[in-house]
Amino acid sequence: MNHSKVDEGIASKSFDVLNTLFMVFLIIVCFYPIWYVLVASFSTSSQVTASGGALLWPKPLTLGAFSKALAHPLIAGGFKNIFLILLLSLPLNMIMTLLCGYFMAARNVMWKNIIVSFFIFTMFFGGGLIPSYLNQKGLGLYNNIWALVIPGCLSIYNAIICRSAIDAIPESLFESARMDGATDMTILFRIIVPLIKPTLAVLLLYYGVGHWNSWFAASIYIKDNALLPIQNVLRAVLLANSNMLNEGADPENINTFAETIKYAAIVLSTLPILCIYPFLQKYFVKGVMVGSVKG
Amino acid sequence: MLQNAVSEKAIKKHSFGNRVKQDFKLNKLKYLMVLPVIIYFIIFAYKPMYGILIAFQDFKPQLGIAGSKWVGFENFTRFFSDPSAKRVIVNTFRISVWSIIIGFPAPILLALLINEIKNKFFKRVVQTVTYMPYFISMVVMCSLIKVFTQSDGFISHFLGNFGLIQTNLLANKTLFLPIYIISGIWQTVGWDSIIYLAALSGIDQEQYEAARIDGAGRFKQMIHVTIPGIRATIIILFILRMGGILNVGFEKILLLYSPSTYQVADVISTYVYRMGILNADFSYSTAIGLFNNIVNILVLLLTNKIAKMTTDSGLF
Repeated sequence: MNHSKVDEGIASKSFDVLNTLFMVFLIIVCFYPIWYVLVASFSTSSQVTASGGALLWPKPLTLGAFSKALAHPLIAGGFKNIFLILLLSLPLNMIMTLLCGYFMAARNVMWKNIIVSFFIFTMFFGGGLIPSYLNQKGLGLYNNIWALVIPGCLSIYNAIICRSAIDAIPESLFESARMDGATDMTILFRIIVPLIKPTLAVLLLYYGVGHWNSWFAASIYIKDNALLPIQNVLRAVLLANSNMLNEGADPENINTFAETIKYAAIVLSTLPILCIYPFLQKYFVKGVMVGSVKG
Repeated sequence: MLQNAVSEKAIKKHSFGNRVKQDFKLNKLKYLMVLPVIIYFIIFAYKPMYGILIAFQDFKPQLGIAGSKWVGFENFTRFFSDPSAKRVIVNTFRISVWSIIIGFPAPILLALLINEIKNKFFKRVVQTVTYMPYFISMVVMCSLIKVFTQSDGFISHFLGNFGLIQTNLLANKTLFLPIYIISGIWQTVGWDSIIYLAALSGIDQEQYEAARIDGAGRFKQMIHVTIPGIRATIIILFILRMGGILNVGFEKILLLYSPSTYQVADVISTYVYRMGILNADFSYSTAIGLFNNIVNILVLLLTNKIAKMTTDSGLF
């Protein structure tokens, strides 16, 4: 008995050691590529090519790639366009999500179940790529910024998260508000919104990151290069081997920063998101739970 | 409270027509507020569903659905006699099944291992760092894959140390699938483990206490307490995953594949994209998309049924 306990102790200890080592390995594997890009963006092209993949620290540290990237009309335009999309989309997203979530959480509404099933059905079945494409083109949501704003203005998953947050508010609060003559509008925007602020912050993040990272819609609905959001500019530059970036640029700069300007663009487009996410991390669990299990 | 109780009683007493009227009077504003949402779903979800009809037509955009010629199942028979059909179906299943076999257990394993970390700070660091790749956009992710796997990239360099020839790994037919799956795990394993960690934290600590009293060591506790504790979560997520069996990472493949890897990387959705968007063969590509959608739903229902029969947990 005693002997086996000692064995157990050794096995347990060695497991802990192995587990810790594995986690350290995992941290390196997850973090190194991100670090590599960050370092490369502060370096010159020749350093990146000479490094052979092992970049630990930029020497000498230069901001050349960033200034080149930001000065480039396409990259700067990509940022301008995505900010415009966010500015137009996010208020619409939040209003639609609140309206949908409020209705889904409502009680004693005769047609609620039928209407909600009508929404939920779209989670399992849809028209598919081509009918949606034809539909959107037919509506004139083509080659303009609204093509990237209106079709994605509501996510049913997010509305379900919103519904759950509203459900958690005691019904008596609404009852007494109604007694005082409050309408549904007042209840939603004056009582519910202040109470579910943390959830709304997470939803804002979900929508924001979703818009920020999306590229496919713009790739099929936007034909004009000047209207492309940042991800599509990155795609053209990084994946399609396009020379878009070099057009009209000073040839000397191309040589020094041609490689690193790409990394600088990656960093500029990824850093904002990586910076805000640790602050919202504590809300993830809730969001993920509601989104996938109840969904 | 009182007002509602009264109105509820009133609603119950009356005939259907009166009930509709009562309900409308009471909830007018609620219906009005949900109207934009209903209109949104009609325009952007149900109208495209109506558009599926073109799968049974020889659709010409200038004629519209009403004016185009009906051809029955011709587009479907054309797909099944198309030599590309076999390729894209096989590729879709192969990529999807391998993603499930390797990618589904990975976050469970990670969650179990994170759960065993005793140092709270270290645990938090591991979680924070492993969630991070999830926020990298698909375009950036694929760019990184491309940069790292090209002949002078970081991974090729690394493999070169072991005497392997440095080539463009992504253009290699046998390596496309491993690159796709490993990078996918890299990006999502941390995020996907969140839900299991949440389920793990919900397990009653008394169960561990009882297991310890019965003399169970850490490994026995894991097998007899921890895993059964998250079994329901695993099953539900598995059913949902199966429901998307034909939804392989469409965007990722679109960004990563090239004509040199079409043979192994071209899947149903990318084929639909090329046929529909690039070649403007609308009816044909809609038919293929519909086939894809129906298979997904059938697999979802089948998995749900099997799960219900064997384990008593399911989605519906």
